[in-house]
Amino acid sequence: MEQTVTAPDFASSPINQSLRPEDKLRFLREMLRIRHFEQAALKQYSAGKMGGFLHLYIGQESVAVGTVSLMGSHDHVITAYRDHGHALAVGMSMNECMAELFGKVTGCSKGKGGSMHFFAPDKNYWGGHGIVGGQTPLGLGLAYGLKYKGLKGAALCFMGDGAVNQGCFYESLNLASLWDLPVVYIIENNQYSMGTSLERSSAFRTCLAERAAGFAIDWDTCNGEDLYEVRAKAQVALDRAHGQSRPTVLEIETYRYYGHSVADAKHKIYRSEEEIERYKQDHDPIRLWKARLLTEGVLTEEKYEELDQASRTEANESVQFAEESPIPSDESITEDVYFEVDRQTTAGRTGRHFFN
Amino acid sequence: MALITYREALRHALAEEIQRDENVVILGEEVAEYDGAYKVTEGLWKKFGDKRVCDTPISEAAFIGMGIGASMLGLRPVMELMFWSFATVAWDQIVNNAGFVRYMSGGLINCPIVIRGPANGGTNVGATHSHTPENMLANIPGLKVVCPATAYDAKGLLKSAIRDNDPVMFMENTLLYGEKWEVPEEEYVIPLGVADLKREGTDVSLIAHGRAALTALKAAELLAAEHDISAEVLDLRSIRPLDEEAILRTVRKTHRAVLIEENKPFCGVDAQISSLLMEKAFDDLDAPVLRISAIDAPAIYSPKVEVKQLPRPTDVVAKVLSLF
Repeated sequence: MEQTVTAPDFASSPINQSLRPEDKLRFLREMLRIRHFEQAALKQYSAGKMGGFLHLYIGQESVAVGTVSLMGSHDHVITAYRDHGHALAVGMSMNECMAELFGKVTGCSKGKGGSMHFFAPDKNYWGGHGIVGGQTPLGLGLAYGLKYKGLKGAALCFMGDGAVNQGCFYESLNLASLWDLPVVYIIENNQYSMGTSLERSSAFRTCLAERAAGFAIDWDTCNGEDLYEVRAKAQVALDRAHGQSRPTVLEIETYRYYGHSVADAKHKIYRSEEEIERYKQDHDPIRLWKARLLTEGVLTEEKYEELDQASRTEANESVQFAEESPIPSDESITEDVYFEVDRQTTAGRTGRHFFN
Repeated sequence: MALITYREALRHALAEEIQRDENVVILGEEVAEYDGAYKVTEGLWKKFGDKRVCDTPISEAAFIGMGIGASMLGLRPVMELMFWSFATVAWDQIVNNAGFVRYMSGGLINCPIVIRGPANGGTNVGATHSHTPENMLANIPGLKVVCPATAYDAKGLLKSAIRDNDPVMFMENTLLYGEKWEVPEEEYVIPLGVADLKREGTDVSLIAHGRAALTALKAAELLAAEHDISAEVLDLRSIRPLDEEAILRTVRKTHRAVLIEENKPFCGVDAQISSLLMEKAFDDLDAPVLRISAIDAPAIYSPKVEVKQLPRPTDVVAKVLSLF
């Protein structure tokens, strides 16, 4: 007898059932903001307005927006260098983010961090880290700090599929499980670690997350194109962190439309044009969410146009803000190195700290 | 004043700071139930319990990084490295995360962590366990580096390091753990960035840090007793921040400088001091600045030879005599 397997509809999970129409529209707006921010950034990068690298998140918006939408006051976020999406999702302004890309003093890190190093600790957002996998012990430390202080919270530590082969990640998994730390490792599996495909970089049977089993950590996989599913599965992990102080590894399948960074000239060589097009047509998280909300009657085409245009305008205005902002002063190069020096405490005024 | 060991002095500092600040937590391999691989933390776990003194697995990259993450949230972790040599496996965490998170966040985040443990050769444990990375870490703006030579300094500096709001790399010495010095009962702290004039003299300045400062003191005794040379000994104590004024003061007084360190010579701490003297004390010098460092090779195992690889008092005496 043939069995029909129906994919579960995560819209009916409790965390999604409680959503109001305005929440759903907010998620759409946030995804559009990330996309338009980055498209504007790409344009400015191509025009030579910024230096360094630009790792675009376009195609992965549902992951940051879906997971961050679940955060409570004691939940924290830390991620790698593809960090613009998470930054906007936690509530950082386009202005401070764009200005940081432009290397301006009005940037979130005063022009000292750049694209890979956005921070907003007041929004529980701890960066923005440039070394692949290097943030995984820090995420562990946030969870440890929460537990030490007796706070009911979790650390959401994002990483790419390329980071799973770094040793400190496994060391962190061991400690997370051994000490019952409320950390959620979210692998945003966009299929490529720079130019090397998943198959060419990682050994696994069915998925990357199953490696967690070796550390007695619960794990799951998730289809990242569906915002409902992202929220439903991330909520399970958050509940586990909040309720049992246990870690989770959640692997979210997703896709980036652009290269590893904008400087990745070969991204249409190590993967096909057709593959990229297929994702854009059939798996785009914004397109799918829009269709879903139209079906639910939450959204109209007019409302979509309005949100889309508003995000575009906001992005363009952030470019103007960044353009018009001043660059950091030469003196500021040696500011923000030492707390004690910046505050001119007794410690900061004792001994020589800088050697030019 | 009580005569206590370097090890006990560190332990007292840790105990006092645990009691003073609820955010201070000691983490590291064997620090708790085992009472410390070198017994620095002996008795602290029994006294303060699991929450404040906690054994980690052998997993330096993760637990050092964990401490850094926790410090960003406001804890003051004091992390023990069984050997500073093991910092190499946590290098990314120490340099990129502890060293730079404040800078890259434009000053939004600070990292009040202490990483401590022994950093020395001379114990016949081979090159992998004999690193002295104070020069490498002092090269990182954002990090502070401290190398106490005595029990008194160790206690006062560790207390300051724990209270400091920047990451402090605190380098001890296994050869000194059992040595005794006078340490007052009452509380005191020693600020980072203040050198200590450990012996006054008039003819030559011996400038050193860590155990090399004790070597310099022994050399000064020999110079006085056998050669009628009055050597002044300046112990840097803190590498970064550096007490530049004290260095210039002693050299302007004696007009001769011999720099001694147990580190390797290339780009060592004393290369920095030497450059400083060239720039700011050139006209005060009656002789070239000379250096004595460890012999420039990985630490040799052979016990009878390794003692010769590190600066000895007689090496210092010979170098000083070459100036006169």
